[in-house]
Amino acid sequence: MNVKEKIIEKILAFCALVTVFTTIGIILILAIEAVGFFSQVSIVEFLTSTKWTPLFTQKSYGILPLLSGTFLTTVIAISVALPVGLTIAIYLNEYASKRFRQILKPLLEILAVVPTVVYGFFALMIVTPFLKTFIPELSGFNALSPGIVMGIMIIPFVSSLSEDALSSVPNSLRQASFGMGSTKFQTAFRVMVPAASSGIVVSAILAVSRAIGETMIVAIAAGQQPRFGFDPTVPIETITAYIVQVSMGDVPHGSLAYKTIFAAGITLFIFTFILNNISYWIKERYQEEYE
Amino acid sequence: MGLTATILCLLILAIFIGFIIYQGVGRLSWDFLISLPSRFAERSGIYTAWIGTLWVLVLTTLISFPLGVGAGIYLEEYGKKNKLNKFLEINIANLAGVPSIIYGLLGLEVFVRLMNMGSSILAGSLTLALLILPIIIVSTREAIRAVPSTIKEASVALGASKWQTIWNQILPASFGGILTGVILAISRAVGETAPLIVVGALAYVPFAPQGPLDEFTVLPIQIFNWVSRPQHEFAINAAAAIIILLLITFIMNGIAVYMRHRWQRKIDW
Repeated sequence: MNVKEKIIEKILAFCALVTVFTTIGIILILAIEAVGFFSQVSIVEFLTSTKWTPLFTQKSYGILPLLSGTFLTTVIAISVALPVGLTIAIYLNEYASKRFRQILKPLLEILAVVPTVVYGFFALMIVTPFLKTFIPELSGFNALSPGIVMGIMIIPFVSSLSEDALSSVPNSLRQASFGMGSTKFQTAFRVMVPAASSGIVVSAILAVSRAIGETMIVAIAAGQQPRFGFDPTVPIETITAYIVQVSMGDVPHGSLAYKTIFAAGITLFIFTFILNNISYWIKERYQEEYE
Repeated sequence: MGLTATILCLLILAIFIGFIIYQGVGRLSWDFLISLPSRFAERSGIYTAWIGTLWVLVLTTLISFPLGVGAGIYLEEYGKKNKLNKFLEINIANLAGVPSIIYGLLGLEVFVRLMNMGSSILAGSLTLALLILPIIIVSTREAIRAVPSTIKEASVALGASKWQTIWNQILPASFGGILTGVILAISRAVGETAPLIVVGALAYVPFAPQGPLDEFTVLPIQIFNWVSRPQHEFAINAAAAIIILLLITFIMNGIAVYMRHRWQRKIDW
């Protein structure tokens, strides 16, 4: 009997260890292929050159164009998702009736379950033509439209995390604020939001990390032209879209072009890894404790 | 203002979905479901794509369900409050935040190359299983935690061993919650595109796959392929395929939400 119990525990422990193997696998593979890449391309060129043309005859390996593309779509997405998501969270938590909230929340969740390739279709077929009526010089592929659509996709993510943060603020703070004669609006923005600020910051950081790693929307609607610059109306390429572009073609295994997707991948991984850990740290460190 | 923002979001979603239905519904037919892909938009169908999606769905479930639930049980019931457990927790939180395309790179090197599976259904399913593992683990733990400790203590007091308690008491009591989490995770896997592209799923597969080691495509990749073409007819095909994909996703999520609701109501400790 005791033996059986021990064996079961070992099997379950193995299941948990699979997650550790996954992390080790990701880091090892990215590192090994990236070392192979940087033995052929100087790291200075990688970090400073403003041209990324590994698939052309005139090859250049500067990551900056992919970074600026990623940066651009991320900034656009966050400037949509953060204000809207936060407004929704404050509304649901401070203003909406319980019953109405129970209807609205699952509806908002729908935004989060739509597959990203579908959002890509929306960006290319609906949002870009719509934006063109206001900005005639907008190119068919651009950073603006996928950025906005990505923002819409991330809204429920921001709103649900921020709402969790707001609802963990004890009711006594709200009552005290009302007792001092504050209006609902003053209570929401001067008491509740500051009290929940660490949770809100965490939601913003995780949203940035999500936007950086988002792939299909930008692969479909942003074009595939690595370009160093910050003009949202012209075609660009993000790190993720580049990996997709190479994967769709037939690049021979082991070639330098093949290794570029791992160099791009490790750059992406480092950014999201840092952001995720900062958010984890904030959550642990600044979680407000109320008695 | 908050209400406006909320309504606006839902309105945009309604416009999006309305547009898709308007574009694609005319293209939906039995032929569309049972036709192979073709160079001609009007003759193309999604047969290979949805068969591939079905294969991936089944294999991913078979792989990720036991692993995820097992890991969840271990962390919640066996794991002690020590450094190792803390590390496992941070690690899982981190994995949940790794972009899906990175999992694609992992699958490409480990399953496709090192283990020599080629760009097969199995390699794709293993990749997706790793991707959704953190989601399953987290929801399993939450479901187990919701079981009151009195149940556990009563079982142990009656002389049941640890595993007997887990198998006969804790798992049945938390099964609804666990299953909800698993369905949500699988529905996420069905919509994933990027990691499968990296693993090498093809845009054009002339025949439906016969076994787990065959090459394959899935619905999202077929949609991506059609969206990327300039001709309007292919965009209509894409819209029709999106209707099918959204149906699958919404049905799975609907089942999950329904189960969560039922489960929460039924259990009133």
